[in-house]
Amino acid sequence: MSQHIYITGLGMISAIGNNVQESLASLSHSKTGIGKINYLTTRYKDDFLAGEIKLSNKELADLVNDHNPELNRNSYIAMLAAKEAVQHSGIDTSDGLRTGIISSTTVAGMGKTEMYYKDLFEKNDHLDVLDTHDCGDSTERIADFLGNVDYVTTISTACSSAANAIMLGCRMIKNGLLDRAIVGGVDALSKFTFNGFNTLMILDKEWCKPFDENRKGLNLGEGAAFLVIESEEALKKRNGKALAEIIGYANANDAYHQTASSPEGYGAQLAIEQALQMSGLKPGDIDYINMHGTGTPNNDLSEGAAVKAVFGAHIPKFSSTKAFTGHTLAASASIEAVISVLSIQNGMIFPNLNFKTPIAELGIVPETTVVKMPVSTVLSNSFGFGGNCSSLIFKKVD
Amino acid sequence: MKKHIISYAHIKQNQVSVNGTIMFSAAPSTTLPEFLTELYKSMGISYPKFHKMDALCKLGILCTEFALKDTTFLADNPLNKIAVVLSNASSSLETDRRHQQAIDDKSNYFPSPTVFVYTLPNIIIGEIAIKYKITGENAFFVSEKFDAGLLVSYTEALFSEQTQAAVCGWIEVDNGAYEAFIFLTEIQENTNKNTNFKPLNQLTVIELYNQTIWTH
Amino acid sequence: MDALIEKLKGQIIEQLNLVELKPEEINPDSPLFGEGLGLDSIDALELIVLLEKHYGIKIEDPKDGKTIFQSIRTMAEYIKAQGKS
Repeated sequence: MSQHIYITGLGMISAIGNNVQESLASLSHSKTGIGKINYLTTRYKDDFLAGEIKLSNKELADLVNDHNPELNRNSYIAMLAAKEAVQHSGIDTSDGLRTGIISSTTVAGMGKTEMYYKDLFEKNDHLDVLDTHDCGDSTERIADFLGNVDYVTTISTACSSAANAIMLGCRMIKNGLLDRAIVGGVDALSKFTFNGFNTLMILDKEWCKPFDENRKGLNLGEGAAFLVIESEEALKKRNGKALAEIIGYANANDAYHQTASSPEGYGAQLAIEQALQMSGLKPGDIDYINMHGTGTPNNDLSEGAAVKAVFGAHIPKFSSTKAFTGHTLAASASIEAVISVLSIQNGMIFPNLNFKTPIAELGIVPETTVVKMPVSTVLSNSFGFGGNCSSLIFKKVD
Repeated sequence: MKKHIISYAHIKQNQVSVNGTIMFSAAPSTTLPEFLTELYKSMGISYPKFHKMDALCKLGILCTEFALKDTTFLADNPLNKIAVVLSNASSSLETDRRHQQAIDDKSNYFPSPTVFVYTLPNIIIGEIAIKYKITGENAFFVSEKFDAGLLVSYTEALFSEQTQAAVCGWIEVDNGAYEAFIFLTEIQENTNKNTNFKPLNQLTVIELYNQTIWTH
Repeated sequence: MDALIEKLKGQIIEQLNLVELKPEEINPDSPLFGEGLGLDSIDALELIVLLEKHYGIKIEDPKDGKTIFQSIRTMAEYIKAQGKS
């Protein structure tokens, strides 16, 4: 790779904590954030568990210190995570360097739109809410909140969205279009999502069990996570400190089905192989894989097959952290990117909770307790509906 | 080595233009669902899955089909090196509304899994990938209006890595209003391949996008 | 049973948007998935919705669909066995 891309700031809010420090505490104590639904109003309140952020909309508004009625849960959590990442990195967006914000979301303002849905379409009331509905809006809100931003764009490729936002940031920096970028994703829980995933019958009524023979499906979660990434030059200019480096990324399409992954995980294999190729690493050089591992019968079987195909008999230590956070959809890849960096920084592999029995067809076993060991390289997988498969590789900074 | 646009198709106002020339025209009063069905029938293709798609995907598949027609694009480029880069303004809002209506109907609560699947804008990329067996990389951007600069700069960045060809464009459906513009671009070793090919840059894309003189 | 099969054909065509297919072209014994009608996993979920909407039958585990949705005849037999025809 011709140019280094450094990660210099992390920000995250999800069911396991309102910031990175709280998240690390939950992860290293094997403490899940998934539980009974307390904040979202839904007909499924007592039927399913969810990974909710433990704050009401009012509390979030207080934290952001903005009670503008146009804001919604999605924009609140995006603003909090983006702000944390920027403060963590220490960048000053008014120093003349070019800063971009690349965010991803699938539901955007759906949560608030659905609250007023009847009014909107029956009485034409609350039209201001419509302004916050489109996917691009939460990104613009972050930009307004942070100020002095040169470039803003929004990506929507389902559950791999945030990985693609990270990739786009890397590319824009490498191509000299930006000096640094705030990249990540956000999705707040909504009735829309709950009802939809329920029609697909892939929600587990109990805690999700990624890579377990008896897995029944996923738990939905919500969250936002952002990373500040910078070029080597930008980092040197301000004498900043790098937390880790992004050394490989790739995206491929499975070209199999709108929602189901191919049995052999073809798209996933392509993404992992091409990310490895870019990084210059061999499969044996990877210390830890943070899997997509949603806990659905289809994903885990397909992803496991892909990993076996690429790594053969020597599969690195791996886990899915979705049993901590729930599946946070467009935020999941950036949440897991933050977790990957935490893994490198703290020399810790976080466990795949709720695992008991290996999947018969695969026979692979994830880490089930916190493992303390030096971690230099992490592969993180994220796959989305529409056949979108992404892999990212993070490396410790020497 | 040059990056060329080899073909493009544009659908709006119930008309289809391929490489700047109008090839199909339906009455202005035709609704979008009627227009899409009429257009599908006119193409003489059999793809039963088409009828299960939402309007965004139907429009995207048809526009891509027109852009690919009479080209050797899929044969000339390795399928795992062809990227799909699409964008629009309204994401999947049209189908989001249908899903929302279904879940709001308390007395007749039967939300459809098929409808929910189409509440993601990038499903159109999945449909294109499935139909043409394209496994290269893909991205879907949500931007206020057709942004030639975004599509070109992103595709250029992809070309600097593993990608050799791309299906790019704009596919928008909202409240019955719609527009699709797809262009095919590829890296060519042999620059003399076809003199009609256009160079890939922002100005050319804008020019091609504005080229068609719509007759209604 | 034959009347139920005919009714099901129409309902399936409607639910799954099989607009290029006429009821008389569907063999009640040919497989719904794979070869036969070529339905996929999302169609199976739509059939579960169909059973609930038209026959008040609730299927909790999508895996149960595998046996019920082998063909239109097995679907009809299942509806009969549930006493919902």
